[in-house]
Amino acid sequence: MSRHLIEARGLTYRYPDGTLALSDISFRIGHGEAVAVIGGNGAGKSTLLLHLNGSLQSGAGEVRVADLPVGNATLTQIRNAVGMLFQDPDDQLFMGSVFDDVAFGPRNLGLPESEVAGRVNDALATVGARHLAGRPPYRLSGGEKRAVAIAGVIAMAPSILVLDEPSDGLDPAARRRLINLLRSFSHTRIVATHDLDLVLDLCSRVLVMNRGRIEADGKPQAIFTDTELLARCQLEPPLSWQRRS
Amino acid sequence: MSRIDDTLRELRSLDSFAALPNTLTRLDPRAKILATFFYIAVVVSFDRYTILALLPLAVYPVILAALGDVPPSLIARKLLIASPFALMIGIFNPLLDRAPLVDLFGMDIAAGWVSFASILLRFALTVSAALLLVATTGFHRVCAGLNQLGVPRILTTQLLFLFRYAEVLAGEASRMGTARELRACGRRRLNLGVYAGLLGHLLLRALERAQRIHLAMLARGFDGEMRGPHQLAWRRTDMFFLVLCAACFALARSIDLPRALGHILLGALP
Repeated sequence: MSRHLIEARGLTYRYPDGTLALSDISFRIGHGEAVAVIGGNGAGKSTLLLHLNGSLQSGAGEVRVADLPVGNATLTQIRNAVGMLFQDPDDQLFMGSVFDDVAFGPRNLGLPESEVAGRVNDALATVGARHLAGRPPYRLSGGEKRAVAIAGVIAMAPSILVLDEPSDGLDPAARRRLINLLRSFSHTRIVATHDLDLVLDLCSRVLVMNRGRIEADGKPQAIFTDTELLARCQLEPPLSWQRRS
Repeated sequence: MSRIDDTLRELRSLDSFAALPNTLTRLDPRAKILATFFYIAVVVSFDRYTILALLPLAVYPVILAALGDVPPSLIARKLLIASPFALMIGIFNPLLDRAPLVDLFGMDIAAGWVSFASILLRFALTVSAALLLVATTGFHRVCAGLNQLGVPRILTTQLLFLFRYAEVLAGEASRMGTARELRACGRRRLNLGVYAGLLGHLLLRALERAQRIHLAMLARGFDGEMRGPHQLAWRRTDMFFLVLCAACFALARSIDLPRALGHILLGALP
């Protein structure tokens, strides 16, 4: 079975206050696919993402990663396989230096310090942040923080990357670098975003969410030309498709 | 900018001195921790009316600050922030203990004032030593050193979390403070209702963020133990530093240096 496979079956989740956040979500994402999860605010994107590495576990339905069911017994394996990039890089960066922060995951894997150093340097080189290794994370710019947060995730050598709003708060150049970086990865990538142009550049498949359901699942070209669907889900065609009137 | 912001920056700046390359930061954290504990024990062990005999011990933080390139003004500011605690502890001594103890230029000084001054002096010495320990070592390395010295991991992990979340809390508070200020239309005073609301909000927001940080840690394999890079290596210089410090402290404890100096000087007079 491929390590890169991720699958949800009938996933349903209610918040403790009773709000239905996810309702009967099913999909199957294969090796190396780049899939966008789009939808309006409160559609359930982040909640879905948190299920993919077991941060949230639902009452009904299940998530399977590389054919392992996500549950308390498999949590360590799941989290090694699924790398999760959080929306706010500040939530992710907490060690005293960039090097130590990227090393946080590999050290938790119990790797010897020499291998940790190798992984950290490789990960930082991949995101173009080798020169930041000695800096404290809170002194970095938004783009640098994002790059370092990504390095922290890929240093754990996951086979699946889950990214929550990766282009949020980036300037155009940093956003372009991020897109190129994500395109260069061979991981299975799942990206929740409002940046539909990023979806066009990066993803070959789109899941459209609305009120906790998957409204549509298809190719970006098909989804973004369905104006009725987009309007219903509080979306618009990508900006690059919109003509200035 | 708000005062919370400044405090936050200072908190970080204290830790940043640990990255400077100097003799002190290269020492094993255990050597510095043990020296600091011994120092504090010695300072505290003096009689409660002692002032003069404590003065030679002030050399230790001064040397530490100089070797570690930590500006004394930074330590002084932090002492000032913490000083209300010491003031509260000592403030009633002059009222309760009025027996004249010292005759200074013809004035009787009550024993209470002497012990009050002694408390303040000890506070300044011990707290600055502890601050300098953190400044020249870094919080993470202090905790790693404590671990190696046998402090349970669960305790040091808590300390690291405290350090980390204090920053989160201060950051949230500072953002809320700014937001309030922008809409306060120049009114400086905060009415109690607004204040209570702000505090409640702060708690909820900080909790939420703390939860997200925790999730992010779990996502990267956190299992309740903070693993550092800190392979500590005890070298001869560490031993030398510790022995030298211990010897100096013991000397200052056993001999009243200012008095001895006075005797020598006065004794030399005809």
